[in-house]
Amino acid sequence: MEKETQVLVVFPHPDDEAFGVSGTIATHINMGTPVTYACLTLGEMGRNMGNPPFANRETLPLIREYELKEAARILGISDLRQLGYRDKTIEFEDEAKLTNAMAALIAEVKPSLIITFYPGYSVHPDHDACGAAVVRAVGQLPSDKRPKLHCVAFSNNCVEEIGEPDIVHDIRAVADTKIDAIKAHRSQTQLMVENMAEKLKDNDPAMMKWVYNERFWTYKFS
Amino acid sequence: MEPVIMKKVQDALDHFANKEVYIHMETTNGAYASHHNESFFSAGAYIRNAQINYEHGKITGNGPYRVGLKLAIGWVYAEGITHFELDDKNRLLMAGHDFDGKLAVALQISETPFN
Repeated sequence: MEKETQVLVVFPHPDDEAFGVSGTIATHINMGTPVTYACLTLGEMGRNMGNPPFANRETLPLIREYELKEAARILGISDLRQLGYRDKTIEFEDEAKLTNAMAALIAEVKPSLIITFYPGYSVHPDHDACGAAVVRAVGQLPSDKRPKLHCVAFSNNCVEEIGEPDIVHDIRAVADTKIDAIKAHRSQTQLMVENMAEKLKDNDPAMMKWVYNERFWTYKFS
Repeated sequence: MEPVIMKKVQDALDHFANKEVYIHMETTNGAYASHHNESFFSAGAYIRNAQINYEHGKITGNGPYRVGLKLAIGWVYAEGITHFELDDKNRLLMAGHDFDGKLAVALQISETPFN
């Protein structure tokens, strides 16, 4: 992985950073690169309440805030920003204001690499709207001043439409840290983590690919 | 939250009747429903901090339950309610959870705005 001077990760939900990119984050931090994580919401609209329930609509954000901080601590993220938007509302925000917020963040953090979602290919409306705002903010910069922009995509049609990812990081060396970061989001992941660990132990090829390979598409401005 | 106890929910609904109250109401299949099953038609609705004043409220059914609030010129209702809680801010939180413990519907009533 190329050494960066500063990485900025922008995602809408606590746990977005854990699944697709936490191995990449941990690797940058191990190389001595500071990572800022701007998380737009607290995942207030998460549906997993447990049976019997361990949370309700009003307590879930507090639980997820705690989990987010815990995941950041595990990964070694020194700068965690909670941007205070509300889950499932990002696409309804004023686009210009959202772009400006992202532009201000980029101007302050001065990343050499930004990681976000690929707009249009990231399934959840918040993912697409978050990625689109970051893309607009970066696009406003003169082309020689733009940081690298690596996007995560996982819609069923993404490879068909935007091709294979041009960057695949094998994060096996930090897999334990990644799994701990996923586990930290307990309210969201407790059902799946056991299954995941079991399959990894059995060298299940699909699970190994899913956990060990982190895939990015470099955003190309036309 | 705990499984609905009709008497407790009915008492709380009576308590909030004829007062200016705030409601949170939502239905949801989750944002990934159509990703996991492309033939699934995903729909939902959400309203938070709508201010209403209802004449009377009622919980009915054998579980999952239905809750209806009769307004001077309209109605609010939710179906699929399985759990409730009177929280430390004296709010009535009601929700319907599916068999996996995932929230499918919520109706909450409070005398002060939700955060």
